[in-house]
Amino acid sequence: MSPDTVQRAARTPDEPQPWADLGLKEDEYARIREHLGRRPTSSELAMYSVMWSEHCSYKSSKVHLRQFGEKAPQTDALLVGIGENAGVVDVGQGYAVTFKVESHNHPSYVEPYQGAATGVGGIVRDILAMGARPVAVLDPLRFGPLEAPDTLRVLPGVVAGIGGYGNCLGLPTVGGEVVFDPSYAGNPLVNALCVGVMRREDIQRSAASGVGNLVVLYGAKTGGDGIGGVSVLASETFTDTGPTKRPSVQVGDPFTEKLLIECTLELYAAGLVVGIQDLGGAGLSCATSEMASAGTGGMRVELDKVPLRDQTLAPEEILMSESQERMMAVVEPAKIDAFLAVCAKWDVLATVLGEVTDTGRLVITWHGETVVDVPPRTVAHEGPVYHRPYERPSWQDSLQADDPSRLARPSTPDDLRATVLRLAGSPNLADRSWVTDQYDRFVLGNTVLAQPEDSGVVRLDEQSGLGVAVATDCNGRFAKLDPYEGARLALAESYRNVATVGARPLAVTNCLNFGSPEDPEIMWQFAEAVRGLADGCLELGVPVTGGNVSFYNQTGETAILPTPVVGVLGVLDDVARRTPSGFRTPGQVIYLLGETRDELAGSEWAHVVHGHLGGLPPRCDLQAERELADILVNASRDGLIDAAHDLSDGGLAQALVEACLRYGVGARVWLPDGLDPFVGLFSESQARAVVAVPRSEEVRFTDMCTARRFPHVRVGVVDDGGPDGAALDVQGLFRIPLDELRAVHEATLPASLATPTTPR
Amino acid sequence: MSVVVEVMPKPEILDPQGQAVLGALHRLGFTEVTSVRQGKRFELAVDGDVDEAMLMRLEEAAATLLANPVIEDHAVSAAPDA
Amino acid sequence: MRVGVVTFPGSLDDGDAARAVRYAGGEAVGLWHGEDELRGVDAVVLPGGFSYGDYLRCGAIARFAPVMRSVVDRARAGLPVLGICNGFQILAEAHLLPGALIRNDVRTFVCRDQALRVENATTAWTSDYEAGRRIVVPLKSGEGGYVADQATLDRLEGEGRVVVRYVDGNPNGSMRDIAGVCSEDGRVVGLMPHPEHAIDSLTGPGTDGLGFFTSLLTSMGAAA
Repeated sequence: MSPDTVQRAARTPDEPQPWADLGLKEDEYARIREHLGRRPTSSELAMYSVMWSEHCSYKSSKVHLRQFGEKAPQTDALLVGIGENAGVVDVGQGYAVTFKVESHNHPSYVEPYQGAATGVGGIVRDILAMGARPVAVLDPLRFGPLEAPDTLRVLPGVVAGIGGYGNCLGLPTVGGEVVFDPSYAGNPLVNALCVGVMRREDIQRSAASGVGNLVVLYGAKTGGDGIGGVSVLASETFTDTGPTKRPSVQVGDPFTEKLLIECTLELYAAGLVVGIQDLGGAGLSCATSEMASAGTGGMRVELDKVPLRDQTLAPEEILMSESQERMMAVVEPAKIDAFLAVCAKWDVLATVLGEVTDTGRLVITWHGETVVDVPPRTVAHEGPVYHRPYERPSWQDSLQADDPSRLARPSTPDDLRATVLRLAGSPNLADRSWVTDQYDRFVLGNTVLAQPEDSGVVRLDEQSGLGVAVATDCNGRFAKLDPYEGARLALAESYRNVATVGARPLAVTNCLNFGSPEDPEIMWQFAEAVRGLADGCLELGVPVTGGNVSFYNQTGETAILPTPVVGVLGVLDDVARRTPSGFRTPGQVIYLLGETRDELAGSEWAHVVHGHLGGLPPRCDLQAERELADILVNASRDGLIDAAHDLSDGGLAQALVEACLRYGVGARVWLPDGLDPFVGLFSESQARAVVAVPRSEEVRFTDMCTARRFPHVRVGVVDDGGPDGAALDVQGLFRIPLDELRAVHEATLPASLATPTTPR
Repeated sequence: MSVVVEVMPKPEILDPQGQAVLGALHRLGFTEVTSVRQGKRFELAVDGDVDEAMLMRLEEAAATLLANPVIEDHAVSAAPDA
Repeated sequence: MRVGVVTFPGSLDDGDAARAVRYAGGEAVGLWHGEDELRGVDAVVLPGGFSYGDYLRCGAIARFAPVMRSVVDRARAGLPVLGICNGFQILAEAHLLPGALIRNDVRTFVCRDQALRVENATTAWTSDYEAGRRIVVPLKSGEGGYVADQATLDRLEGEGRVVVRYVDGNPNGSMRDIAGVCSEDGRVVGLMPHPEHAIDSLTGPGTDGLGFFTSLLTSMGAAA
């Protein structure tokens, strides 16, 4: 069967092509014809259609994402900014750290295990392609209501997939989130963040440079994974109907990826790589066009050299395949033997596909015939840019006016006690061990803090003392009430979580999960969130280094809560001084830092007790967050505090519950004078934390807060309860023994998720 | 294919996967199923005739590699099309 | 005191095992799975991980790696060998230790700070502990259920060859709560929990695991 060649395309300009079926618009198809001066071949059409898709080209989001660059704060720490596979930050002593978060939402709904697994695999390869050894993973996850049948289908598969892939790869999972909300039913969010470490001078680039340098594909064989709609083309060029498979789901093999990592790091160490790119979305189309665009300008590839799992694949399908665990490298001819030898040692398949040219064209042949001849930039970088209309939703005003102040509040001590327990056992605040115990947090032996701590912290080595902390956060309810503020609040929370463990925040990544960009109201949410995040990053002085956009997270008319997940990375100069979150030493003094206001809109209390979402989100004061962060980082470094936990969902009550249950040591607390007990316990005012201060350091600590004029009030003492047993004792109100608190807190997730085991 | 090797967990060995499958079948309404044990099936293509000698040879392969005799039983047979 | 740490394709905790050897005062020597060469080491550690992706059965393929020919021969002649997690699975597949490891009864991967009781403090790898000592060592596995027939279990118990036992609850359905066993001469030990992740309070639940590695130096030193 002869393929649709460039020659043939030139001869048959009026042949109808299924550009609409491939998701292209008429004007986009016309533009392709203009770029090429003829109709595209079916291989070229396939490449353009997938590279110009929303997922690959960011066509709906580009005009807004520019703000991350335009409003980027000045910082010396940024070594590689937006544009490459991932951002890179200088953390001192010659070390660079790279990190990025990505989404794999839709595949995880279709096939939870493989969708989540390949999501992890993809982001790990991005980090690897920067030149780094991947060292940790975090996974922000969002599902429909815990009790919903579909949640019970999706959640266990997603968690097993992340664990199955990450554990087998040998990467510790050190943080993440599990959030339940009705709006995610049918549209679970599976975001995966990976952190990598390298020496500054070892940063790799993705450019294909040097005329005559060889283009090598290495890793797994190519099969029909993820081809999807491109089969429309393939079926046109094949009359033969063999038993070919065209799965729309990608299937991952973590063992192959582990070998890929070790092999690649050895290639880097031996200086055998000129440029490198991982194959993710859009597979070879993306790798070839992006690498060719970035380098000397041209590339020649013999597609029939690609090792195949399925011999019946057509050129279009090979170009679109999203088979996992593959990388593309550019190698000098003199070094190719050494390159192939390293691959052979690790049993990794490696094939020379072609070479770098300076023709300014990406030329791909199939058994000697040219099936692709395009200017690579038109594929990779000059895709359509949409200015989608956006408008503030008609319901936004009434939503914001629907203040929770009219909702009935618990006031008696018994009611308050019952509310603390109810929240502690509610799905979003309950213990997550059922999920997180499925992740290996120890492998590589450098994990200093992992969930449920406020950030994941990993040590970089055994000599320098350096450590990095990473946290991810987003409160989708706040974002729905006000997307601009909601994005700033997500940034604030993530920034605060990094500072809470004692790390200095340095850089930001983001995963923007939204509904359909074709809906002006959703587009408004997106535009506002990006604007808020960009403004917030500028104000806090931490730049966005890269990220991901996931649109179309909706079923019919119901979109997910706008969910701009923000990841912040920070550095600890002496990781041994990190501050854990749990109370451990009786007698230490507990301080509440920050100002508490009556702010219950979008709170966990309003959600759990009243099913209410309305009003304006808590005030976001980034200046206060900066001051709080300074205090927490300095206090950590100077040994003034033994524990610190930030306040977020569930307010002070939940923060105390978690700090007490962490090591099973309780506390005797009293709410500040003049503060309404309900507000004191459940308000979700921002820029706050609780800390445990050794008595010997109390004066130095309070002096530090006073000098910075930051609100701080003594609210209790760490207390093991003596003969009565450990408890959370809120003086004048109620006492909850930790056994009772633990039972409620730990029962919720297993009750829904654990399947019965056979009696032994 | 020429030879089939079937590997099943020994009766006295706990089979958590089989248990999980049984639970899932019941949840789907197949309550008449009372037990499930999950095993593996290997399809081997060989050079040469599938005679007694060949089966004995593959019996050794099965006992050494394809099955763990501590926890699994195995059976080697000529495939229907051999 | 040279301790070999084998790297199979898919080994994950080899670096951590080597670190533990160093912390205990020994010299860690990397051994490659593809070479039948032990480089004159005094002992061998088969580390945790997913050798060969756990294909076929955990450890089933690694057990036939070239390096294992020497490991098995030398072990039969008294070379101390420690198999951790996947390493324990490899030792069981290689029949250097009795029994087998199957999928956790809870069917999920389990990662937790696991309490254990040291039952046998006379092996080459546990002589620095006392029998009855409670230690906390991370467990992180999906196929950690120890099984053997009743006769084998009785024999192991009778001969004092259960080295460590799960306490405060059985995390994976292991028979008789067995977390680790040893060979007849007490020089080959296999256990599912990871002592190499309990050598530094900064990165683990404590330092209870270091004893596995210092014991070797102690017992080798004593023998020298």
